[in-house]
Amino acid sequence: MNQLSSPVAAPQGSGFGATLRTDQWWLGPLATGSLLLAFLIYSTIAAFIGGNYWVPGTNYLSPFYSPELWGTSPHAIFGIAPSWWPTGILPFSAALLILGGPAGFRLTCYYYRKAYYRSLWFDPVACAVGEPRKSYWGENSLPLILWNLHRYFLYLAIIFVFVLLYDGILAHFFPVNADGSAFANYHFLANGQPNPAFNAGGPLEPHHHVFGMSLVSLTLLINPLLIAGYTFGCHSLRHLVGGKKDCFSCGNPVRFKAWSFVSFLNRNHAVWAMASLVMVGFADIYVRLVAMGIWPQVRFF
Amino acid sequence: MSSIGSAAAATRTFKVWRGERGTGEFKSFTAEISPGMVVLDAIHQIQATQAPDLACRWNCKAGKCGSCSAEVNGKPRLMCLTRMESLPDGDVTVTPMKSFPSIKDLVTDVSWNYEQNKKITPFTPAKRGAAGVAADGTFRMQQVDVERSQEFRKCIECFLCQDTCHVIRDHDKKEVFSGPRFFVRAASLEMHPVDTADREPFLKHTGGIGFCNITKCCTEVCPEHIKITDNAIIPLKERVADRYYDPVVMLWRWMFKKKG
Repeated sequence: MNQLSSPVAAPQGSGFGATLRTDQWWLGPLATGSLLLAFLIYSTIAAFIGGNYWVPGTNYLSPFYSPELWGTSPHAIFGIAPSWWPTGILPFSAALLILGGPAGFRLTCYYYRKAYYRSLWFDPVACAVGEPRKSYWGENSLPLILWNLHRYFLYLAIIFVFVLLYDGILAHFFPVNADGSAFANYHFLANGQPNPAFNAGGPLEPHHHVFGMSLVSLTLLINPLLIAGYTFGCHSLRHLVGGKKDCFSCGNPVRFKAWSFVSFLNRNHAVWAMASLVMVGFADIYVRLVAMGIWPQVRFF
Repeated sequence: MSSIGSAAAATRTFKVWRGERGTGEFKSFTAEISPGMVVLDAIHQIQATQAPDLACRWNCKAGKCGSCSAEVNGKPRLMCLTRMESLPDGDVTVTPMKSFPSIKDLVTDVSWNYEQNKKITPFTPAKRGAAGVAADGTFRMQQVDVERSQEFRKCIECFLCQDTCHVIRDHDKKEVFSGPRFFVRAASLEMHPVDTADREPFLKHTGGIGFCNITKCCTEVCPEHIKITDNAIIPLKERVADRYYDPVVMLWRWMFKKKG
């Protein structure tokens, strides 16, 4: 078995960071790792806050909180916080109910796997650079073997694309009263507290909606488009729509077209992944700051 | 960056790993650099003028034979495709591929790779007269199908992907992992329209595709620019997922198909 033995006294050295590379190999993982960590910290905080994710007088809804199953905004499908929620242990947040879908999609995504295995787990931190740990199981045992089920998160992620697209379109329609003034008679304020100015005798629904556009509404429309570019370039989707076939010319013209389209998006999967990550984070920040009255919504018309 | 115009009499220092059977040390050599030169030219110059016993494998000097694989400034690459102009100023280190046992100087024993190749069921076309195959055994392929495996057929077996893959390089899983080169070969056969062999059990069990954590270093170093990870390994991982991990697909196949 001499042939299988590793060379001893490798000139490259051994141990974490050992390499003969002279370029700035650490720059890429440092940038990627910083971005991922920043997003992780921000999104966790934003998800637990549970307020200021919508803006009264508009149809803006933070993508972190959509679809809003339960909650205090008028977007809530089933009403305010569910009775079974353990409020004593964890304050209710609509984001916690749904964020698992997109988070799981990105966690098990083939691109993000590369990104965090390299930048956060250093396995390897860069090509031909020594690793910190000797042991290695790859994606062959728990928990990483579960990443093979990425496709199930894809199915969920596709639903989210359309939900967020609906939100983006809806954000361009502004609720107004009969006299054209912005509708404001909500039960709750954006921060989740009861609205002291709520008038039970006044109109509980806006009289109609007017079409408009603002920097926020555009943000909420571009966001799902980037997410769509990311989701529809998924490696699992590429397999599902046609990649699993061995023969494209054997009566599979539609499959071939679909595969070609997914392959086209897939070529820049990393760019779509990162662009949509930054955009979804920014969309939440923007809606939040507008809801808190810190940033203007920059209404064009 | 060294400029081409002033390179007529420029010299560069090369730190070349010299040794046998795993022990050795860096030796410094000086080579005269002229415009358009590649690292392999410099190694040949060193052989011709300073170290006639310096061992290095080479053949075509055109990036097509896959012989002169080494690590230049720590990066796995073909010496014949590494232009001197592309390297930053300073000493140039040239070392043998790390992942394979050293024989002498820049030459390594890559025979482990050939052992992996033997584990893959060769091309097994459908029987004569079967769907897609004529009575005389010939078959026609459409361009859309040719293109898919043509990419994989570009492989020149330089084994740079094998060298850089951390599963082999850092974790020495040679007993249980065949490496990116052989996933590329398996992909070229598995995605062939008239091939009938089933290599999914090989991929999962013997080839160890689950050890790959898709960090894409193989793709980064491929001199043929084969999209190893995106076009070969991930599609194969998805097929393995269909067969061994996805409960819905497994149930479907169990109900409606004779075999997986």
